[in-house]
Amino acid sequence: MRAFQILIDGFAISALYALGATGFTLIFGVSGVLNLSHGAIMVAAAVAAWAAASLLNVGTYAGALIGVGVALLTAFATYFAVVKPIQDSRRIPNEEKEIFVLTGTLLWGIMIQELIAYFFTNNAKTVLPIVEGVVDILGVRTPKNEIFTAIVCCLVIALLWLLVNRTRTGKAVLAASMNPRGVTLLGLELTNIYIVVWAIYGILAGIAGVLLGMFLGVSSYSVGPLTASAFSIVVLGGLGSVSGSLIAAFVVGYLETLTAYLVSPAYRTIPALLLLVFVMYIRPQGLLGRR
Amino acid sequence: MAGFFTSRLFFVSLALVVVAATLPLYVSGYVLGLLTVAFYFGVFAMAWDLLFGFAGEVNFGPTFLIGVGAYTAGILNAQFGWSVYLCIVLGALASVIAGLVLALPALRVRGPYFGLTTLVAVLMLQNFVVVFADLTGGEIGLTIPDVITINAGANYWIALGFMTISAAILYGLSQSPVGLVLQASGQDPVQAGALGFNIVKHKLAAFIVSAFFSGLSGALLVFYFGTASVGTVVDVAVGVNVIVSAVLGGRRTVLGAALGAIFLIVAGEFLRPTGELATFIVSAIALLVVLFFPGGFLGAALSREARS
Repeated sequence: MRAFQILIDGFAISALYALGATGFTLIFGVSGVLNLSHGAIMVAAAVAAWAAASLLNVGTYAGALIGVGVALLTAFATYFAVVKPIQDSRRIPNEEKEIFVLTGTLLWGIMIQELIAYFFTNNAKTVLPIVEGVVDILGVRTPKNEIFTAIVCCLVIALLWLLVNRTRTGKAVLAASMNPRGVTLLGLELTNIYIVVWAIYGILAGIAGVLLGMFLGVSSYSVGPLTASAFSIVVLGGLGSVSGSLIAAFVVGYLETLTAYLVSPAYRTIPALLLLVFVMYIRPQGLLGRR
Repeated sequence: MAGFFTSRLFFVSLALVVVAATLPLYVSGYVLGLLTVAFYFGVFAMAWDLLFGFAGEVNFGPTFLIGVGAYTAGILNAQFGWSVYLCIVLGALASVIAGLVLALPALRVRGPYFGLTTLVAVLMLQNFVVVFADLTGGEIGLTIPDVITINAGANYWIALGFMTISAAILYGLSQSPVGLVLQASGQDPVQAGALGFNIVKHKLAAFIVSAFFSGLSGALLVFYFGTASVGTVVDVAVGVNVIVSAVLGGRRTVLGAALGAIFLIVAGEFLRPTGELATFIVSAIALLVVLFFPGGFLGAALSREARS
């Protein structure tokens, strides 16, 4: 019984981790950007969805859409106000652009976090779930919302896979990740590809944020931990490898759920962190990463 | 190096230290307290810059080294009643050992991977503090019975002296042959290695020096505050402040990092009337500096001097 519950709960949280990390790894894979404002964008989406549904009474569906929309706009703002100016800057030496993008997006994330705290306080917010109630699966009472979360995460990741592998735009994105200069020789504007990637990223982070807000609730304090967990999952899986981060998300998700149920919720994150250190030690490039 | 003692930077620094040393004669205890904390943060930032600016490694975990030093000193004093000075020395030593343990796996990897390894170290330390609450005081924090002194002026002079000596040593190191090898390996590890320098050994040395000063500063800060808590010496947010200080003041300048830290803490205090928006404004200023003056305060000033 308990094993079954761990199986179900672990799946939902793992799927959510996977979705949260996918956008992060996509941007890194295509343009080499590690976006440390990731957690802030997810929380912004959840808080917007919460505010729209709870304060303005627009309904749960419209609220969720507004949340995703806010994430999309924030992602664009991140690219145009922070990432692009650093990448185009002539005053920053090329080999240091990575550290500047890290510092810049980190500061940007703190700014978003502080604005959220200022306007909506630090209190935890739970987004009204789209589906409510509880179902009984083989004796385990599971909230419908949890199943909904898992299904949406899987669907969105599947859609992303189709988009990248089966459409013209997706193939351009894939090509840009392999050889940015080659793509420009084919007459494609690299900036346009990056805009598409940031748009996809914004939507992915938005959906993940809103679902997280429904499933566990968020506050401005979640910003740092969310970025850190996406970062660890992505590094565990291998930077830039989407399938790697999917595997890593499930490993981390189940490890945390197992620890929480079998040992104590207080120790929840420790085994995953230990595993991460261990993997980094024997395989520094991550599970499926290329060096 | 010899040129430094005749350079404008040296005289400006000397003048700043002399002026700063006279502050307790005419400034309120409140301002002195603020600057005392800022000076300890200055050492955190300079120690971080030695590792990042010169070895080119993004250490996301400055608070791992700071926290180990601070908590070791705090626990030894609070739980075992050892003398303050012994605790400070042992705190710095513990930080050096922790630095070695962290450096061995961390230096095998580069760039983002290195950053993550150091970040994980902070998260582990944070978990450790919470799980072993009996020893560490947990989330509430550890109350330390002893302090060095309660005199605001004396505390201020200790912090200023400590920062000045640390600055001299760290800056001297950055300009020494070892520092130059570090700089070369940060910019092009393959070429530096081809020249016959043992890069890993140099980086390890930088890590240990960085750990020593971080731990020492953390231990001193604990005996100034009278408490040790996750929020003041371990939290990732504290580490962010250290990193932002170094980048703001000018990376690869060592001295700039201290300026950045003092600016950050003083600006945060000036903006306190704006309430919750203070951190927002400071971050926005820092972002503007990163975008428009990537060399930081000191970097911008030095390049102007070089041009004129």
